[in-house]
Order: sequence, then structure tokens, then C-alpha cells
Amino acid sequence: MNRYPRWIYVTIAVALALGLLYTLPNFFGEAPAVQVSTARTTLKIDSTVLGRVEDALKKAGIQPTGVFLDINSVKVRFADTDTQLKAKDVINQALNPDPQDPSYTVALNLLSNSPAWLAAIPIIPARPMYLGLDLRGGVHFLLQVDMRAALSKQLDSYVGDIRSQLRDKNVRHAGIARESNGIAIQFRDSETRDRARTLVAEQFPDLQLADAGAGSELRLIASIRPEAQKRVQETALKQNIQTLHNRINELGVAEPVIQQQGLDRVVVELPGVQDTAKAKEILGRTATLEVRLVDEDAMRSNSTINVDVFPERRRDGSVSNVPTRKQVLLTGDRFTGAGATFDQHQQPAVSINLDAAGGRVMLGVTRENLGHLMAIILFERGKGEAISVAKIQGEFSNRFQITGLFTPEETNTLALLIRAGSLAAPMEIIEERTVGPSLGAENIKKGFDSALALCSNLLLLVALLSMLQATLTLPGIAAIALTLGMAIDANVLINERVREELRGGATPQAAIHAGYERAFGTILDSNVTTLIAGLSLLIFGSGPVRGFAVVHCLGILTSIFSSVVVSRSMVNLTYGSRRRLERVPIGNTSWK
Amino acid sequence: MEFFKIRHDIPFMRHALAFNVVSLVTFLFAVFFLATRGLNFSIEFTGGTVIEINYEHAADVEKVRKALDARGYNDYSVQNFGSSRDILIRMPLKTGQNNADLSKSVMEGLTADDKTAKLQRVEFVGPQVGEELAWNGALALFVTAIGIVLYLWVRFEWKFGVAAIIANLHDVVIILGFFALFQWEFSLPVLAAVLAVLGYSVNESVVIADRIRENFRKMRKASVTEIIDNAITRTISRTIITHGCTQTMVTSMLVFGGPALHYFALALTIGICFGIYSSVLVMAPIVRWLGIRREDLVKPLKEKKQEAVI
Repeated sequence: MNRYPRWIYVTIAVALALGLLYTLPNFFGEAPAVQVSTARTTLKIDSTVLGRVEDALKKAGIQPTGVFLDINSVKVRFADTDTQLKAKDVINQALNPDPQDPSYTVALNLLSNSPAWLAAIPIIPARPMYLGLDLRGGVHFLLQVDMRAALSKQLDSYVGDIRSQLRDKNVRHAGIARESNGIAIQFRDSETRDRARTLVAEQFPDLQLADAGAGSELRLIASIRPEAQKRVQETALKQNIQTLHNRINELGVAEPVIQQQGLDRVVVELPGVQDTAKAKEILGRTATLEVRLVDEDAMRSNSTINVDVFPERRRDGSVSNVPTRKQVLLTGDRFTGAGATFDQHQQPAVSINLDAAGGRVMLGVTRENLGHLMAIILFERGKGEAISVAKIQGEFSNRFQITGLFTPEETNTLALLIRAGSLAAPMEIIEERTVGPSLGAENIKKGFDSALALCSNLLLLVALLSMLQATLTLPGIAAIALTLGMAIDANVLINERVREELRGGATPQAAIHAGYERAFGTILDSNVTTLIAGLSLLIFGSGPVRGFAVVHCLGILTSIFSSVVVSRSMVNLTYGSRRRLERVPIGNTSWK
Repeated sequence: MEFFKIRHDIPFMRHALAFNVVSLVTFLFAVFFLATRGLNFSIEFTGGTVIEINYEHAADVEKVRKALDARGYNDYSVQNFGSSRDILIRMPLKTGQNNADLSKSVMEGLTADDKTAKLQRVEFVGPQVGEELAWNGALALFVTAIGIVLYLWVRFEWKFGVAAIIANLHDVVIILGFFALFQWEFSLPVLAAVLAVLGYSVNESVVIADRIRENFRKMRKASVTEIIDNAITRTISRTIITHGCTQTMVTSMLVFGGPALHYFALALTIGICFGIYSSVLVMAPIVRWLGIRREDLVKPLKEKKQEAVI
């Protein structure tokens, strides 16, 4: 009577086999490796890079234990750390002949020792568990993007756009001013205001308009619509994440994690990075870039009325002041690239690429301001500095060059500064966590000392964690230990029930059946309530708590599965098919 | 294999009143300590910086203090952490201070004194994060409590839901009380432990409640007190085995887990002990006082289902 249909056995066998398969990579450990990734967006990693790496190693007489190519990196595995270090130098020399201007980032890394066919499993490759920073050392940053600054910048650029639109269409206004949350346009009569309203509403659908003022002091207040605000914030965040990616590439970190968290935050995790000061410096360059026209009248008269004045560091070390107009022509988010190059006279120059919108603005500006001065201003920690002041020599749009009496080194620096400045909104580090590598290794040891036990539950749990590539942290190991402790609960409940049924005079087969049936309700109820606590931790928790919650929830699920389904099927297999079962070895049941 | 053989029902309910007085007193003590001493929140909640530093020899805390004073820091705390070679520096949030550069500056000061100083860990939490964490923690506790009451209401009866949540929040308050009394550091992992305890201790209550419900169906002639006594006695073996196993794990965490897991394991230990106590000796009497009756649980519909099973 206690027999399962065959498909249940098959399902269980498959689940356990899959569990074993996905747990396997964790047993192989890790080997030292060198990772090569591109340092420039223009360079792609392909099989030629792979060939160059292999050639270089062969020439130096170094024998790698494995060479892998994936979408954005080449990874080479070595037998020991000494070879790894030697190989890193060899590869670095071969790929980057000029250490001042590296084309590729060569970094030390650890690679799983598991055989290639495990990682080649389609859909979900079998990989080792993803260890959290507290277990392998590294830096964790939480950055907050200043969304108000992003919106304020957007409003600034609208001011310029509205002004030129009104001028183009010959609508006379009495002044446009930025207010805290919007733009106020002044008018002398309501007729002009009506015309302006139609025009602005037509040209800038993202703005919502409201009337204010009376008599001859009429005003039109424009503010950004909530849905457009959301869009501005989303793009700002995306742009910042992109910029962070670029900056972190400079660091040459093996597997950085750069993730959006919430609406305005970015998590950056750099495993294995020891030089936190440098990491912070590169990330924390909260720089933004603006292009403005230099106010040449103010420059001559030294006036500071109606202009913003920024310092410019000259080549000889002196600092001069550059007065610029308040209108911002372009911001850093319009820049798509900047690089050191040479102009047609073979003089060092900086080439700049803008996106389409930036190109359109630039075309208009250069047409109207031929021969005038344009300044690029880099804002760092709230202070602006003119990094380039150059005369507009011709009409151009989204591709142009900055030339001058540059040295190649200066063009490099300028290009780097411009690239660094293309953050859409300033960011601030609001949380930082650094774990040294020795502490990480110690944590793993300590954690697993307390969780040394193996059963189908642990197998499934580790397999699930490996499959999901959920991050295993120290609290996560604690949760594994707890789950193992609790996993016995369901088994105890079932056994006690079966025993009780036997005492109640049921036949062994009926007792097994009824025991499982009755216990299931209890197991379900008790685990669902535990799961409620686990889920709310998962939803509201962050950082280490979430690591705990993930393992905790998965652990509850696997333990229900292993105790109810797996153990039942084992009992069924052992006793279920016997026609006459005299007794079940579950303790003395003769007394009542 | 059977550890516990209990032939007669243990009269748990006979002394229910005494036990309830004990828990009430413990509870009031916990509330008192929470109110007067407060929790020693870690910087994860208050915001600030924690720097862990390892020396190759025994660390000279006095020298570290001097180095920090020389750099113009005040209001910090320096203590040994785990071993005599490790120290932990805590610094509160300060306005106008560049928090991002703090750890760098501190390390510069310390390595100037002693070359062997090695940075093990830095944690910096800004004020926004701290507030958010405290708020989310409270919210998580609240949602868990509500979720559990609702689930028990649906599966059992509102009286069980209310009794279970009173019993288990009593555990939570007592854990917090311990943390307030001894001024142990209340960190994020501890919060996780507290919520896990809430889950486990409800788990315990549910097993007992389940048995009470079943007894109402089976023991037609027994009184409510007898039914509850029988339910607890029948599940006590399971209670001891399960929690014994969990506690073994937690104890090994307490012993081998190092400082990072110490308070986490401690919170769980207190929680498990009081979880058993509260399910057996707080939840059950409350259910009785709320006036549980056979009619609350034995509904004709369920009766039918029961017959169909056997």
C-alpha cells in the first residue's frame, strides 16, 4: 500500500543527481589565475588576444593548466602562485608594451578547479558557490546618487533651450529665471504668455506649465513632470553605473559587482582589492563636466556680475580666473568618449565624441560663436575647475578635437579628466565595508567548522546556492548550520507520529501512511510560519541580513522536500512493497 | 531509537499561573532594562566607522589612542577584539568630517607608529543607511508578527494566533532585554537572529497547537486542561530532540564562530531556551484563558476530511 508511483522516484533521483552535479564544483577548490580584460572600450577581447597570451607564455616557458576565453576576458589558470605572479608580468609585458598607456588590464584572480564540462552545462552552468566579501576579502561600497542635483541640472539645460526657442519664434519675454523647483518666465502681457505656453508645451512635452502673477507682471512657471523626473533619475543612475564600470576597469578588479539598489543607490563590490584608498579615490571622484561659453567681455573688464568664475591651472603652474556664462551648453552625460590623438598637423590633440543631442547643441553653438572661447569645466567635490579653454575654430557637431600646444602626456591627462567627468549626477559613499583576505579565509574556516555535516538537505541547499549564484556570506553559513539543526525537526515529527500510530494499534503499513499524512500538516504549518519570518527578512533586510535570509528560506524549502518526499520514498522503497510487514524498527511500541 | 518515554501526561497546566507570573516578571525586567539602559546599537544602525586592525604582536591600545588624539580625533573607542593582537576602533558620525577618508587617515597615523599594523576590515555607514536599517528592522518585525497571526488565524483559530504571537514577542522582548542589560552590541546579524527566533519559536507553538487541535477531535470526553497537558507531553520528546540539535549547531557557532558570529549565536541561544519555555508555558495557558472550546476547532467540514484520510 505504501507505494509511490514510479515518476516520484524518478523525480527524486533526478533532484538528488542534479543536486550532486551542482554541488560538485565546490569540491574542486580554486587555483591561481591571471585575468586579461580590455582597458579601452575600443579594444575587444577575442581569439587573437588569446593567441598572444599563449605565445607569450610559451616563449617564457610557463605551462598554464588551462586557458579560457569568455565575452570580456581571457583567463589563464596556473598550478601555483609563483607561476601565476611570473605569468602576470610576462603577459603584462607582451600585451602592454607601453606601461604608461596600457591597452589591457592584467589582474590576478582565482579560478575554479572544476573540470570544464561542468561549467559547459547549458542553461545553468555548474559553478562553485559565490562567496561574499566577508568570506574572500575585498571592498564593498554603497553609493548614493544625488538625484536632486540631476534634476537641477536638467532644469538648467531647459532654461537654455527655452530661451533659444522663444528667441527663434520671436516671442518676447521679460526674463527667464531658475527657481528651486522650476523655471519662471516673465511676460508683460497675457497674449505673449499664451503664445509662449503653446510653444513650450509643444516643444518640451516633459514640462508642465502653470500661470502665475497678475497685471503686467505675468509669469509662466515650468516644472518637470513627475514621470519625466523619474526618467531623468533613471538615466542618471544608469549613466553613473556605466561610468563606474569604466572607472573600475582602470583598477583591474577580477569580478567587480556593480548593481543598482533601490532608486538612487549603487552597490559596488570589489573582491580581492586590497588598496582601498586607491579604489575609493577612483570611485569617489565625484566629478561632473560642463561645457560653457567664456564671457569675453567680463574677461576683459574683470567683472564678476552675471558670470561664474572658475580657476584654470596654467602650464607654468599659475592660476588664472575664467569667467563663463551661466548657461550650461553641455553636461558630462553628453560625452561618449574622449581620447588622446594627433591632429592633421601631427600635433597632440584630444578627440571628443558627443552623443546625437550633444552634437546638435554643439552645431548651433559653434555656428553662432565662431572665434569665441569655450571652456570645459570639471566639477570635483562641488568645486569647478576649467580644464580646457579653447577657441572655436570651426563649425562642428558631435566629433571635434581640442588642439593647442599640448604634449602627448597633457592630452592623455585631459582625455582622462574628461572621461572621468562624465557622471550624470554626483555620488557619495554612504556605506563602506572592507575585509582583509586573511580575515576572509579565517571566516570560511570558522563558519564551516560549525557546519560539518552532510545529508540530502545540505546537498540540495549547496546545489541551489551554486545554481542561483547567490552570495554566500558568513551569516549565510550560520543559516546553513541552523537549517541543518532544524532539518531534523520534520523527521522527528514524522517518526514520533508513526510510533504513536503503532502504539494506537495500527498495522505497520497503516502507521507509516497515517504518520506521514498527519505529520505533514504540522510540518507545513510550522515551516510556513518560519518562512514568513524568513521572507520578511529577505524583503526588508540588507547586506549581511539578506545573505542570512536567502539561505534560511532556501533551507526551509529543501528541508521540507528532503524530509517529506525523500525520506518517505526511502521508507516506501524499503517497506512499502512488503506484503506482510511485522514490525517497523522505530523503538519499543509495546507499551501504551 | 527513542530517547524519552513518558507514560503519563505531565500536568503542565497545574502551575500555569506561577509560570505566567515568572514570565511576566522576566518580561517586565526586560522592558525595564530596555527603557533605562537602551540597546547598544552597532554602527550599522547609528552610522559611523568601525576599523579593525591586526598587529603582529600584542597591540598597545594606549599608543593607538595617542595616535588618534594626535590626529585630532575624539569621541572614539578603542578596544581589543578577539585576541590581544586585534583592535577595534569605533568612531561616531560627525558632520563636516569626510567619512570616506577617515579610515585612510587613521591608518596613516597608526602605521607611522607601528609598521606591523594591518587593516583587516573597515565599515563605514552613513546616516541615511543607519536610519533606514533601523526602520526596516522594525518593519520586518512588524510584518513577521502580522503575517504569523494571520496565517495561524486562517489555519487554526484567532485565539491561537493571538496566543502564539504574545508568547513569541515575549521571547523577542526578553532577548532584547538581555542585550540591553549586558550592553551587548546589537548588530544586523543579531536582528536576523531575533527574527529567526521569532520564526522558530512560532514553529514550536504551531506544533503544540496542532496537537491541541487534534486532541480536541480525538479525546471527546477530556477537559481542556487535560487536552493541553496531553498535547504538550506528546510533543515534548520532539521539542527536546529538535531544539537540542539546533542548539548543538548554535553552540558550535558560539564556540568556533569567532567574534563575528558571537552575538548572533548568543541571541539564538537565549531565543531557543525562551522559545521552548514560552510555547509550552506561555502560549498554552493563554489559549486556555482566551477560552478555547472544542467547537472552535472541530468543525463538521474538517471532521469529514479527517474521516476521508483514514
